[in-house]
Amino acid sequence: MRFAHEPGYLLVVDDNKVNRILLARGLEGDGHKVETAENGKRALEKLRTDSFDLVLLDIEMPEMNGYQVLETCLRDPELRDIPIIMTSSLDEIDSVVKCVELGAEDYLNKPVNPILLRARVNASLEKKRLRDEQRKLFRTFATREVADELLRTGFSLGGKYVNASVMFADIRSFTAIGEKQEPSDTIELLNNYFALMFEAIVGHNGTVNQLEGDGLMAIFGAPIHHDAHREHAVRAALEMIELLKGFNIEQAAQNKIPIKIGIGIATGRVIAGYTGTQYRATYTCVGDTVNIAARIEKHTKEAQRPIMIDQYTSEGLPNDIELEALGPMLFKGKQQAIHIFAVKG
Amino acid sequence: MSIIDPATFNELKQMSGVDFINELIDAFLDDGPDMIQNMYTALDEKDIESFRRNAHSLKSNANTFGATELGTLAKELEFMAKENNLEVGNRLEVLKEAFGKVAEELKGMRT
Repeated sequence: MRFAHEPGYLLVVDDNKVNRILLARGLEGDGHKVETAENGKRALEKLRTDSFDLVLLDIEMPEMNGYQVLETCLRDPELRDIPIIMTSSLDEIDSVVKCVELGAEDYLNKPVNPILLRARVNASLEKKRLRDEQRKLFRTFATREVADELLRTGFSLGGKYVNASVMFADIRSFTAIGEKQEPSDTIELLNNYFALMFEAIVGHNGTVNQLEGDGLMAIFGAPIHHDAHREHAVRAALEMIELLKGFNIEQAAQNKIPIKIGIGIATGRVIAGYTGTQYRATYTCVGDTVNIAARIEKHTKEAQRPIMIDQYTSEGLPNDIELEALGPMLFKGKQQAIHIFAVKG
Repeated sequence: MSIIDPATFNELKQMSGVDFINELIDAFLDDGPDMIQNMYTALDEKDIESFRRNAHSLKSNANTFGATELGTLAKELEFMAKENNLEVGNRLEVLKEAFGKVAEELKGMRT
Protein backbone atom coordinates (compact mmCIF):
# COMPACT_ATOMS: atom_id res chain seq x y z
CA MET A 1 0.00 0.00 0.00
CA ARG A 2 1.29 3.44 -0.88
CA PHE A 3 0.54 6.66 0.94
CA ALA A 4 0.58 10.12 -0.54
CA HIS A 5 2.64 11.30 2.43
CA GLU A 6 5.41 9.84 4.48
CA PRO A 7 4.01 8.19 7.58
CA GLY A 8 4.81 9.74 10.95
CA TYR A 9 4.87 8.65 14.57
CA LEU A 10 2.02 10.45 16.31
CA LEU A 11 0.78 10.83 19.85
CA VAL A 12 -2.94 11.33 20.42
CA VAL A 13 -3.74 12.80 23.83
CA ASP A 14 -7.37 12.79 24.95
CA ASP A 15 -9.10 11.78 28.17
CA ASN A 16 -12.09 10.66 26.13
CA LYS A 17 -11.80 7.09 24.86
CA VAL A 18 -14.14 7.65 21.93
CA ASN A 19 -12.01 10.54 20.72
CA ARG A 20 -8.79 8.59 21.19
CA ILE A 21 -10.08 5.63 19.17
CA LEU A 22 -11.52 7.87 16.51
CA LEU A 23 -8.36 9.93 15.99
CA ALA A 24 -6.04 6.96 16.29
CA ARG A 25 -7.96 4.80 13.80
CA GLY A 26 -8.34 7.65 11.34
CA LEU A 27 -4.61 8.34 11.42
CA GLU A 28 -3.61 4.69 11.33
CA GLY A 29 -5.79 4.35 8.26
CA ASP A 30 -3.60 6.99 6.69
CA GLY A 31 -0.52 4.90 7.39
CA HIS A 32 0.74 6.68 10.50
CA LYS A 33 1.95 4.93 13.61
CA VAL A 34 -0.12 6.11 16.56
CA GLU A 35 0.30 6.01 20.34
CA THR A 36 -2.35 7.31 22.72
CA ALA A 37 -2.32 8.87 26.18
CA GLU A 38 -5.36 9.47 28.37
CA ASN A 39 -4.11 12.51 30.24
CA GLY A 40 -1.45 15.20 30.19
CA LYS A 41 0.83 13.48 32.66
CA ARG A 42 0.94 10.25 30.68
CA ALA A 43 1.47 12.28 27.52
CA LEU A 44 4.59 13.96 28.92
CA GLU A 45 5.96 10.61 30.10
CA LYS A 46 5.55 9.21 26.60
CA LEU A 47 6.99 12.30 24.97
CA ARG A 48 10.08 12.03 27.14
CA THR A 49 10.72 8.36 26.40
CA ASP A 50 9.88 8.17 22.70
CA SER A 51 10.50 10.50 19.83
CA PHE A 52 7.27 11.59 18.20
CA ASP A 53 6.79 13.59 15.02
CA LEU A 54 3.53 15.21 16.03
CA VAL A 55 1.10 15.50 18.95
CA LEU A 56 -2.68 15.87 18.77
CA LEU A 57 -3.60 17.40 22.09
CA ASP A 58 -6.99 17.77 23.75
CA ILE A 59 -7.41 20.90 25.87
CA GLU A 60 -10.01 19.71 28.35
CA MET A 61 -8.46 16.96 30.51
CA PRO A 62 -8.17 16.05 34.19
CA GLU A 63 -4.80 15.90 36.01
CA MET A 64 -2.97 18.11 33.60
CA ASN A 65 -4.87 19.90 30.84
CA GLY A 66 -3.74 20.47 27.29
CA TYR A 67 -2.75 24.03 27.97
CA GLN A 68 -0.36 22.95 30.72
CA VAL A 69 1.09 20.19 28.53
CA LEU A 70 1.67 22.68 25.73
CA GLU A 71 3.40 25.12 28.08
CA THR A 72 5.61 22.38 29.50
CA CYS A 73 6.62 21.20 26.04
CA LEU A 74 7.44 24.68 24.82
CA ARG A 75 9.69 25.31 27.81
CA ASP A 76 11.56 22.03 27.37
CA PRO A 77 14.38 22.24 24.78
CA GLU A 78 14.00 18.51 24.10
CA LEU A 79 10.28 18.77 23.37
CA ARG A 80 9.68 22.22 21.99
CA ASP A 81 10.34 21.27 18.38
CA ILE A 82 7.57 18.67 18.26
CA PRO A 83 4.58 20.26 16.53
CA ILE A 84 1.39 20.20 18.57
CA ILE A 85 -2.09 20.38 17.07
CA MET A 86 -4.78 21.27 19.59
CA THR A 87 -8.08 19.42 19.35
CA SER A 88 -11.10 21.08 20.91
CA SER A 89 -14.80 21.59 20.59
CA LEU A 90 -16.10 24.67 18.84
CA ASP A 91 -17.06 26.50 22.02
CA GLU A 92 -13.51 26.37 23.35
CA ILE A 93 -12.33 28.80 20.70
CA ASP A 94 -10.90 31.21 23.30
CA SER A 95 -8.63 28.51 24.70
CA VAL A 96 -7.61 27.51 21.20
CA VAL A 97 -6.60 31.06 20.35
CA LYS A 98 -4.54 31.16 23.53
CA CYS A 99 -2.79 27.92 22.58
CA VAL A 100 -2.00 29.04 19.06
CA GLU A 101 -0.63 32.32 20.41
CA LEU A 102 1.50 30.39 22.85
CA GLY A 103 3.02 28.28 20.10
CA ALA A 104 0.71 25.43 19.13
CA GLU A 105 1.18 24.55 15.49
CA ASP A 106 -2.50 24.40 14.54
CA TYR A 107 -5.92 23.31 15.81
CA LEU A 108 -8.77 21.04 14.86
CA ASN A 109 -12.40 21.22 15.91
CA LYS A 110 -14.09 18.17 17.36
CA PRO A 111 -15.89 16.18 16.09
CA VAL A 112 -12.93 16.05 13.77
CA ASN A 113 -13.52 16.23 10.07
CA PRO A 114 -11.44 13.44 8.49
CA ILE A 115 -10.37 15.49 5.48
CA LEU A 116 -9.20 18.40 7.62
CA LEU A 117 -7.48 16.00 9.99
CA ARG A 118 -5.49 14.43 7.18
CA ALA A 119 -4.61 17.78 5.64
CA ARG A 120 -3.43 19.42 8.86
CA VAL A 121 -1.51 16.39 10.07
CA ASN A 122 0.27 15.93 6.78
CA ALA A 123 1.06 19.64 6.48
CA SER A 124 2.52 19.70 9.99
CA LEU A 125 4.57 16.58 9.37
CA GLU A 126 5.88 18.03 6.15
CA LYS A 127 6.91 21.25 7.89
CA LYS A 128 8.60 19.29 10.64
CA ARG A 129 10.50 17.21 8.10
CA LEU A 130 11.79 20.35 6.43
CA ARG A 131 12.83 21.82 9.77
CA ASP A 132 14.55 18.56 10.75
CA GLU A 133 16.44 18.48 7.49
CA GLN A 134 17.51 22.09 7.87
CA ARG A 135 18.62 21.43 11.41
CA LYS A 136 20.57 18.35 10.37
CA LEU A 137 22.33 20.39 7.75
CA PHE A 138 23.29 23.12 10.21
CA ARG A 139 24.45 20.60 12.73
CA THR A 140 27.03 19.25 10.39
CA PHE A 141 28.63 22.66 10.59
CA ALA A 142 27.72 23.91 14.01
CA THR A 143 26.68 23.01 17.51
CA ARG A 144 23.07 22.44 18.42
CA GLU A 145 22.97 25.84 20.09
CA VAL A 146 24.10 27.61 16.96
CA ALA A 147 21.72 25.64 14.78
CA ASP A 148 18.83 26.57 17.08
CA GLU A 149 19.89 30.20 17.16
CA LEU A 150 20.00 30.29 13.37
CA LEU A 151 16.55 28.76 13.10
CA ARG A 152 15.19 31.06 15.77
CA THR A 153 16.55 34.28 14.31
CA GLY A 154 15.73 33.19 10.79
CA PHE A 155 19.15 34.01 9.36
CA SER A 156 19.04 37.77 9.62
CA LEU A 157 21.78 38.81 7.26
CA GLY A 158 22.84 41.82 9.33
CA GLY A 159 26.44 41.93 10.48
CA LYS A 160 27.81 42.98 13.85
CA TYR A 161 31.05 43.33 15.75
CA VAL A 162 31.76 40.44 18.06
CA ASN A 163 34.71 39.36 20.15
CA ALA A 164 35.70 35.92 19.02
CA SER A 165 38.55 33.50 18.45
CA VAL A 166 39.22 32.46 14.89
CA MET A 167 40.97 29.24 13.96
CA PHE A 168 42.57 28.13 10.71
CA ALA A 169 43.82 24.58 10.19
CA ASP A 170 45.55 23.06 7.19
CA ILE A 171 47.14 19.77 6.24
CA ARG A 172 50.82 20.26 5.51
CA SER A 173 52.07 19.40 2.02
CA PHE A 174 48.67 18.19 1.03
CA THR A 175 49.21 18.71 -2.69
CA ALA A 176 52.15 16.32 -2.56
CA ILE A 177 50.04 13.74 -0.72
CA GLY A 178 47.38 14.01 -3.39
CA GLU A 179 49.92 13.25 -6.10
CA LYS A 180 51.16 10.12 -4.34
CA GLN A 181 47.86 8.26 -4.07
CA GLU A 182 44.62 7.42 -5.86
CA PRO A 183 42.06 10.24 -6.03
CA SER A 184 39.53 8.08 -4.17
CA ASP A 185 42.04 7.59 -1.33
CA THR A 186 42.61 11.32 -1.14
CA ILE A 187 38.92 12.09 -0.84
CA GLU A 188 38.46 9.34 1.73
CA LEU A 189 41.39 10.70 3.71
CA LEU A 190 39.90 14.18 3.65
CA ASN A 191 36.49 12.96 4.76
CA ASN A 192 37.90 10.94 7.64
CA TYR A 193 40.14 13.80 8.62
CA PHE A 194 37.36 16.41 8.57
CA ALA A 195 35.05 14.13 10.56
CA LEU A 196 37.61 14.07 13.36
CA MET A 197 38.35 17.79 13.24
CA PHE A 198 34.66 18.68 13.29
CA GLU A 199 34.20 16.48 16.33
CA ALA A 200 36.92 18.35 18.21
CA ILE A 201 35.73 21.80 17.15
CA VAL A 202 32.00 21.30 17.63
CA GLY A 203 32.75 19.52 20.92
CA HIS A 204 34.33 22.74 22.17
CA ASN A 205 31.49 25.03 21.10
CA GLY A 206 33.13 26.04 17.84
CA THR A 207 31.49 26.49 14.47
CA VAL A 208 33.21 25.35 11.32
CA ASN A 209 32.19 27.93 8.78
CA GLN A 210 34.49 27.31 5.84
CA LEU A 211 36.11 24.36 4.17
CA GLU A 212 38.50 24.90 1.34
CA GLY A 213 40.44 21.98 -0.03
CA ASP A 214 42.27 20.58 2.95
CA GLY A 215 41.83 23.71 5.05
CA LEU A 216 39.14 24.81 7.42
CA MET A 217 38.14 27.92 9.31
CA ALA A 218 36.30 27.82 12.61
CA ILE A 219 34.87 30.46 14.93
CA PHE A 220 34.62 30.30 18.71
CA GLY A 221 32.41 32.70 20.68
CA ALA A 222 30.05 33.51 17.82
CA PRO A 223 27.26 33.43 16.77
CA ILE A 224 26.57 32.33 20.36
CA HIS A 225 28.74 34.20 22.81
CA HIS A 226 30.88 32.24 25.26
CA ASP A 227 33.19 34.05 27.69
CA ALA A 228 35.72 31.23 27.45
CA HIS A 229 36.06 31.31 23.65
CA ARG A 230 39.89 31.56 23.82
CA GLU A 231 40.14 28.46 25.96
CA HIS A 232 37.56 26.63 23.83
CA ALA A 233 39.59 27.32 20.70
CA VAL A 234 42.88 26.20 22.24
CA ARG A 235 41.37 23.06 23.76
CA ALA A 236 39.78 22.20 20.44
CA ALA A 237 43.21 22.59 18.79
CA LEU A 238 44.83 20.31 21.37
CA GLU A 239 42.14 17.70 20.83
CA MET A 240 42.57 17.97 17.06
CA ILE A 241 46.27 17.13 17.42
CA GLU A 242 45.43 14.29 19.82
CA LEU A 243 42.83 12.82 17.47
CA LEU A 244 45.26 13.12 14.61
CA LYS A 245 47.74 10.86 16.42
CA GLY A 246 45.17 8.07 16.47
CA PHE A 247 44.29 8.83 12.87
CA ASN A 248 47.93 8.48 11.82
CA ILE A 249 48.31 5.16 13.63
CA GLU A 250 45.37 3.86 11.58
CA GLN A 251 46.83 5.32 8.38
CA ALA A 252 50.16 3.59 9.10
CA ALA A 253 48.40 0.28 9.81
CA GLN A 254 46.86 0.47 6.34
CA ASN A 255 50.14 1.49 4.70
CA LYS A 256 48.71 4.92 4.06
CA ILE A 257 50.38 8.29 4.40
CA PRO A 258 50.33 9.92 7.84
CA ILE A 259 49.48 13.61 7.86
CA LYS A 260 50.59 16.65 9.80
CA ILE A 261 48.58 19.76 10.38
CA GLY A 262 49.15 23.33 11.43
CA ILE A 263 46.64 25.32 13.50
CA GLY A 264 46.64 29.09 13.93
CA ILE A 265 44.36 30.95 16.34
CA ALA A 266 43.84 34.70 16.78
CA THR A 267 41.44 36.55 19.03
CA GLY A 268 39.84 39.96 18.72
CA ARG A 269 37.03 41.94 17.27
CA VAL A 270 35.58 40.56 14.08
CA ILE A 271 32.68 41.50 11.88
CA ALA A 272 30.37 38.54 11.97
CA GLY A 273 27.23 37.87 10.02
CA TYR A 274 25.62 35.88 7.28
CA THR A 275 26.98 36.46 3.83
CA GLY A 276 25.57 35.23 0.61
CA THR A 277 22.15 35.31 -0.93
CA GLN A 278 18.77 34.16 0.20
CA TYR A 279 19.50 30.77 -1.34
CA ARG A 280 22.98 30.15 -0.15
CA ALA A 281 24.34 31.87 2.92
CA THR A 282 27.07 31.08 5.42
CA TYR A 283 27.91 32.51 8.78
CA THR A 284 31.29 34.11 8.51
CA CYS A 285 33.72 36.50 10.14
CA VAL A 286 35.91 39.04 8.45
CA GLY A 287 38.46 41.53 9.69
CA ASP A 288 42.01 41.80 10.85
CA THR A 289 41.73 39.01 13.42
CA VAL A 290 40.76 36.60 10.66
CA ASN A 291 43.75 37.61 8.54
CA ILE A 292 46.10 37.24 11.49
CA ALA A 293 44.80 33.75 12.30
CA ALA A 294 45.37 32.73 8.68
CA ARG A 295 48.90 34.17 8.69
CA ILE A 296 49.80 32.47 11.98
CA GLU A 297 48.57 29.16 10.62
CA LYS A 298 50.76 29.56 7.51
CA HIS A 299 53.69 30.25 9.80
CA THR A 300 53.32 27.02 11.83
CA LYS A 301 55.24 25.04 9.23
CA GLU A 302 58.28 27.28 9.31
CA ALA A 303 58.17 27.53 13.11
CA GLN A 304 57.71 23.76 13.33
CA ARG A 305 55.01 24.06 15.95
CA PRO A 306 51.58 22.45 15.33
CA ILE A 307 49.52 25.01 17.31
CA MET A 308 50.30 28.70 17.40
CA ILE A 309 48.24 31.53 18.86
CA ASP A 310 48.44 35.30 19.12
CA GLN A 311 48.89 37.28 22.31
CA TYR A 312 45.16 38.05 22.72
CA THR A 313 44.32 34.38 22.62
CA SER A 314 47.00 33.64 25.24
CA GLU A 315 45.49 36.09 27.74
CA GLY A 316 43.52 34.50 30.53
CA LEU A 317 44.08 30.87 29.50
CA PRO A 318 44.01 28.40 32.41
CA ASN A 319 47.41 27.37 33.83
CA ASP A 320 47.26 23.79 32.65
CA ILE A 321 47.66 24.99 29.08
CA GLU A 322 51.41 25.33 28.56
CA LEU A 323 52.62 28.10 26.29
CA GLU A 324 55.98 28.82 24.73
CA ALA A 325 56.64 32.46 23.84
CA LEU A 326 58.04 32.73 20.31
CA GLY A 327 58.48 36.48 20.46
CA PRO A 328 57.14 39.26 18.27
CA MET A 329 56.60 38.57 14.61
CA LEU A 330 55.93 40.97 11.80
CA PHE A 331 53.53 39.56 9.25
CA LYS A 332 53.32 40.68 5.66
CA GLY A 333 51.04 43.68 5.27
CA LYS A 334 50.93 44.43 9.02
CA GLN A 335 52.34 47.57 10.58
CA GLN A 336 52.81 46.18 14.08
CA ALA A 337 54.59 43.08 15.28
CA ILE A 338 52.39 40.45 16.96
CA HIS A 339 53.50 38.36 19.91
CA ILE A 340 53.16 34.71 19.09
CA PHE A 341 52.94 31.68 21.37
CA ALA A 342 53.13 28.00 20.67
CA VAL A 343 50.77 25.75 22.59
CA LYS A 344 52.48 22.63 23.90
CA GLY A 345 50.49 19.49 23.34
CA MET B 1 -37.04 11.28 13.42
CA SER B 2 -34.10 9.25 14.53
CA ILE B 3 -32.21 10.44 17.62
CA ILE B 4 -28.97 9.73 15.77
CA ASP B 5 -28.33 12.00 12.81
CA PRO B 6 -27.63 9.58 9.94
CA ALA B 7 -25.35 11.96 8.03
CA THR B 8 -23.04 12.46 11.03
CA PHE B 9 -23.08 8.77 11.84
CA ASN B 10 -22.18 7.78 8.29
CA GLU B 11 -19.36 10.27 8.19
CA LEU B 12 -18.07 8.80 11.42
CA LYS B 13 -18.32 5.30 10.00
CA GLN B 14 -16.36 6.43 6.99
CA MET B 15 -13.65 7.99 9.08
CA SER B 16 -13.19 5.18 11.55
CA GLY B 17 -13.72 2.48 8.97
CA VAL B 18 -16.51 -0.08 9.17
CA ASP B 19 -14.25 -2.35 11.21
CA PHE B 20 -13.86 0.12 14.00
CA ILE B 21 -17.34 1.54 14.32
CA ASN B 22 -18.22 -1.24 16.79
CA GLU B 23 -15.17 -0.42 18.89
CA LEU B 24 -16.24 3.23 18.97
CA ILE B 25 -19.82 2.42 19.91
CA ASP B 26 -18.64 0.08 22.67
CA ALA B 27 -16.33 2.74 24.06
CA PHE B 28 -19.21 5.19 24.25
CA LEU B 29 -21.59 2.64 25.79
CA ASP B 30 -18.91 1.83 28.37
CA ASP B 31 -17.87 5.36 29.25
CA GLY B 32 -21.19 7.18 28.95
CA PRO B 33 -22.78 5.74 32.13
CA ASP B 34 -19.55 6.52 34.04
CA MET B 35 -19.67 10.12 32.90
CA ILE B 36 -23.26 10.45 34.05
CA GLN B 37 -22.43 8.76 37.36
CA ASN B 38 -19.49 11.13 37.79
CA MET B 39 -21.85 14.05 37.27
CA TYR B 40 -24.16 12.78 40.02
CA THR B 41 -21.18 12.37 42.35
CA ALA B 42 -19.86 15.81 41.43
CA LEU B 43 -23.27 17.28 42.16
CA ASP B 44 -23.27 15.67 45.63
CA GLU B 45 -19.74 16.87 46.34
CA LYS B 46 -20.33 20.28 44.76
CA ASP B 47 -17.34 19.62 42.52
CA ILE B 48 -18.20 22.06 39.76
CA GLU B 49 -15.02 21.37 37.80
CA SER B 50 -15.61 17.62 37.63
CA PHE B 51 -19.28 18.18 36.75
CA ARG B 52 -18.33 20.51 33.93
CA ARG B 53 -15.63 18.22 32.56
CA ASN B 54 -17.86 15.16 32.48
CA ALA B 55 -20.67 17.12 30.87
CA HIS B 56 -18.13 18.33 28.33
CA SER B 57 -16.97 14.77 27.53
CA LEU B 58 -20.51 13.50 27.17
CA LYS B 59 -21.36 16.40 24.89
CA SER B 60 -18.28 15.73 22.80
CA ASN B 61 -19.16 12.04 22.38
CA ALA B 62 -22.83 12.71 21.68
CA ASN B 63 -21.85 15.12 18.91
CA THR B 64 -19.38 12.62 17.50
CA PHE B 65 -22.15 10.04 17.01
CA GLY B 66 -24.69 12.56 15.81
CA ALA B 67 -26.82 12.25 18.98
CA THR B 68 -27.85 15.86 18.62
CA GLU B 69 -30.40 16.09 21.40
CA LEU B 70 -28.19 14.38 23.95
CA GLY B 71 -25.38 16.72 22.90
CA THR B 72 -27.55 19.77 23.48
CA LEU B 73 -28.62 18.56 26.93
CA ALA B 74 -25.02 17.90 27.96
CA LYS B 75 -23.91 21.25 26.59
CA GLU B 76 -26.55 23.05 28.65
CA LEU B 77 -25.25 21.38 31.80
CA GLU B 78 -21.66 22.15 30.87
CA PHE B 79 -22.54 25.82 30.43
CA MET B 80 -24.40 25.99 33.71
CA ALA B 81 -21.33 24.62 35.47
CA LYS B 82 -19.17 27.14 33.64
CA GLU B 83 -21.28 29.86 35.22
CA ASN B 84 -20.90 28.21 38.63
CA ASN B 85 -24.53 27.20 38.61
CA LEU B 86 -25.29 23.68 39.83
CA GLU B 87 -29.04 24.29 40.23
CA VAL B 88 -29.70 21.72 37.55
CA GLY B 89 -33.20 20.67 38.61
CA ASN B 90 -34.23 17.45 36.82
CA ARG B 91 -31.86 18.06 33.92
CA LEU B 92 -29.53 15.24 34.94
CA GLU B 93 -32.44 12.74 34.95
CA VAL B 94 -33.47 13.97 31.51
CA LEU B 95 -29.89 13.55 30.34
CA LYS B 96 -29.68 10.03 31.73
CA GLU B 97 -32.88 9.06 30.00
CA ALA B 98 -31.71 10.55 26.71
CA PHE B 99 -28.47 8.62 26.99
CA GLY B 100 -30.40 5.40 27.55
CA LYS B 101 -32.32 5.93 24.30
CA VAL B 102 -29.17 6.78 22.37
CA ALA B 103 -27.44 3.71 23.80
CA GLU B 104 -30.31 1.45 22.67
CA GLU B 105 -30.25 2.88 19.20
CA LEU B 106 -26.45 2.64 18.91
CA LYS B 107 -26.52 -1.00 19.97
CA GLY B 108 -28.74 -1.67 16.98
CA MET B 109 -26.31 0.16 14.71
CA ARG B 110 -23.41 -2.13 15.48
CA THR B 111 -22.50 -4.07 12.38
